Amino acid sequence: MKLYHVTNNNASAVAIADIPVVEYVELYNDLKERMTDSRYHVAHYFATEIERGLKFYLLLLDDATGEVLITSFIPDYYAEGLASLTALHPAFHPFEREMHELYGIAFDSHPWLKPLRFSHDRRDKESTMESYPFYTIDGDELHEVNVGPIHAGIIEPGAFRFICDGEQVLHLEIALGYQHRGVESEMVRNQNRLRQTLIAESTAGDTAVGHATAYAELIEKLANADIGDDLKRERMIAIELERIAMHLADTGALATDIGFQLYQVACEALRTVTINTSQAWCGNRFGKSVIRPLGTNHPLTDEKIALIRKNIADVRRRYNEVREDILEAHTLLARFEQCGLVPKSEMERIGGVGQAARASGLKRDIRATHPSGFYAEALTHTPILKHDGDVMSRLATRMDEVLQSADYIENALASYKPTAKIAAPDYDAKLQGDALSFSLIEGWRGEICHVALTDANGDIVKYKIKDPSLHNWLGLAIAVRSEGISDFPINNKSFNLSYCGHDL
Amino acid sequence: MLFGKAKILRSHGWQYIPNLDGVTLTEEFRGFPLLSETKDTTDIERAAKICPTGALTAKPLTLDMGKCLFCGECQKCAPKNIKFTNEHRLAATRREDLVVVAGQTAPKFTVEAIRPEIAKYFGRALQLREVSAGGDCSVEMELNATGNVNFDFGRYGVGFTASPRHADGLVLTGPISANMAEALDICYNSIADPKILVICGSEAVSGGLYAESPAVERSFIDKYHVDLWLPGAPTHPLCFIDGITRLRKRR
Repeated sequence: MKLYHVTNNNASAVAIADIPVVEYVELYNDLKERMTDSRYHVAHYFATEIERGLKFYLLLLDDATGEVLITSFIPDYYAEGLASLTALHPAFHPFEREMHELYGIAFDSHPWLKPLRFSHDRRDKESTMESYPFYTIDGDELHEVNVGPIHAGIIEPGAFRFICDGEQVLHLEIALGYQHRGVESEMVRNQNRLRQTLIAESTAGDTAVGHATAYAELIEKLANADIGDDLKRERMIAIELERIAMHLADTGALATDIGFQLYQVACEALRTVTINTSQAWCGNRFGKSVIRPLGTNHPLTDEKIALIRKNIADVRRRYNEVREDILEAHTLLARFEQCGLVPKSEMERIGGVGQAARASGLKRDIRATHPSGFYAEALTHTPILKHDGDVMSRLATRMDEVLQSADYIENALASYKPTAKIAAPDYDAKLQGDALSFSLIEGWRGEICHVALTDANGDIVKYKIKDPSLHNWLGLAIAVRSEGISDFPINNKSFNLSYCGHDL
Repeated sequence: MLFGKAKILRSHGWQYIPNLDGVTLTEEFRGFPLLSETKDTTDIERAAKICPTGALTAKPLTLDMGKCLFCGECQKCAPKNIKFTNEHRLAATRREDLVVVAGQTAPKFTVEAIRPEIAKYFGRALQLREVSAGGDCSVEMELNATGNVNFDFGRYGVGFTASPRHADGLVLTGPISANMAEALDICYNSIADPKILVICGSEAVSGGLYAESPAVERSFIDKYHVDLWLPGAPTHPLCFIDGITRLRKRR
């Protein structure tokens, strides 16, 4: 029997009838073997309520072929529990935890079946932030350090519990959920697609373009529409601008945390130039409003193209001076090298994605493995890989990606003459009914995956969002093990994960 | 090494904005909206219908900047009725002042609503504690930017501090997620009197897209006196700087 429906990131939405409904035990046995091969990883895995019980959907990515494998199963209504996949492959942990939290599903022998985000529609309302079951170790020599939910700086909330032996961190556990706003349930409150676009933009405000693009592509697949080459090109520019801006911010933030003021101020100024370029393009420094389904309100003009090219050339040149100096700054290297190690094997085990995974030598990059839009048609992306998996590697990945993104923008704009008029957004296009639509976007942090289910009318009845942070928070917890607790800030900045993107 | 640093400094040049009040933002920036009524209300009714947060009402024509996310879609629907200007000075001392009516030419700032003790206590130095309660990180990044090398709000003695015990006031961002409501309340009450409360960003002012979400708990807003309301998604650093500056001026 066919276990998966095979599609890719450029095909249109999938009719739900085409997705096999399999027996869980068969799927479990298949994944047990399949997931030992690093070419596969989970893009999304969630459950949705049906008339009687729950239906589960799983989206699996094959990095070798670019295929997306989709399957589903409906466990017996009276089933006591499901054998945990996390027990075999820890990368499944956030998905199983979420389903446990929402629906009370028991995942047998799951090693870490703890609340994920304390969402408002969780099954067990007795389970609260105050009762989070932190891991503890007994020992006269050990002490615990609790940080948060409110942190020292202007930053989102989350609770960090360290178990330390003197200055050395033995264990860090990160409890999140403080930022939970009900993003996924607000997505389906009504069918106002402008509102849905804005919710996508606000999923993680520092990845507004990334999440809005994920939403837009998902809708366009349901509408079975081709948006045209020019718009694809302009979307690539927007997402790479966002990547540059955030990598600049993080270079500056890392410098701040070791008191290296020169790099800090240089990067602050360069980020200002970059986000002011977005503002001159669409009116918003974070690129909110530039991405809309099926069109845009802000097509590039000759003047705007000239401005972007000029500013990005300037940022590239000046940032490269900073980069070259960083590579020789021994006081910086002494702090960043061999600190916060996450080996490739570990990154693979926990399902790490994006820039942090690439810093550990794990090639996870949707632009290369499952490209859509401009990346699929007009650009061959080579992911930047580093191999040490330390703070310096995560910084070095960012530094190289800034230059790479600047080159992509310059190459895409150098000969670009917008000819055909790009359409205005369409919020009323007819959507395919009884379908599953997904989108995969490589945001600056990593893999963004949105999934939607429609009913017979084409109304979106279920919306699931995965921010790359969902995978990578565990990476940060692993990175700081055995490091001095004073190195936590640089490790944290080297990942710079999203709280709101995780908590939704 | 030294040569590399000299090169960075030379390229970096002079980044400081000398006169923060003299800045005019790009034409594309969407700030204060000008509203004009027309006989034919078809367009504006369509715009009000699509408004994601219900900020816009067609009859009578009003736009609540405290709900508005400045997406600009209503201007595309009804260009005769709505024109967003690049005026970024949007701060208000009373919530109702954020509701813009047809014919209004500038944001409303009621100086009389400012408590006189604010200038007395905080006119020379003001340290703030920021709390994000469901903020989407863009407002938070813009608040960080107020102290950066370009804006340097610290030059007027305004900054952000880690401990609420050291703070003179609280800046709230985000629609107030229920899971943060208690921590926010504890933080606010840890700040010694006299103190100020600043609500930053449209999502904090009204709940924005999450106003009706069951995951949001907004009783904090009704419980305490708010000194400054700052709209925006996110609030522009210059809007924050302008608002705080005017709040501290009243003698």
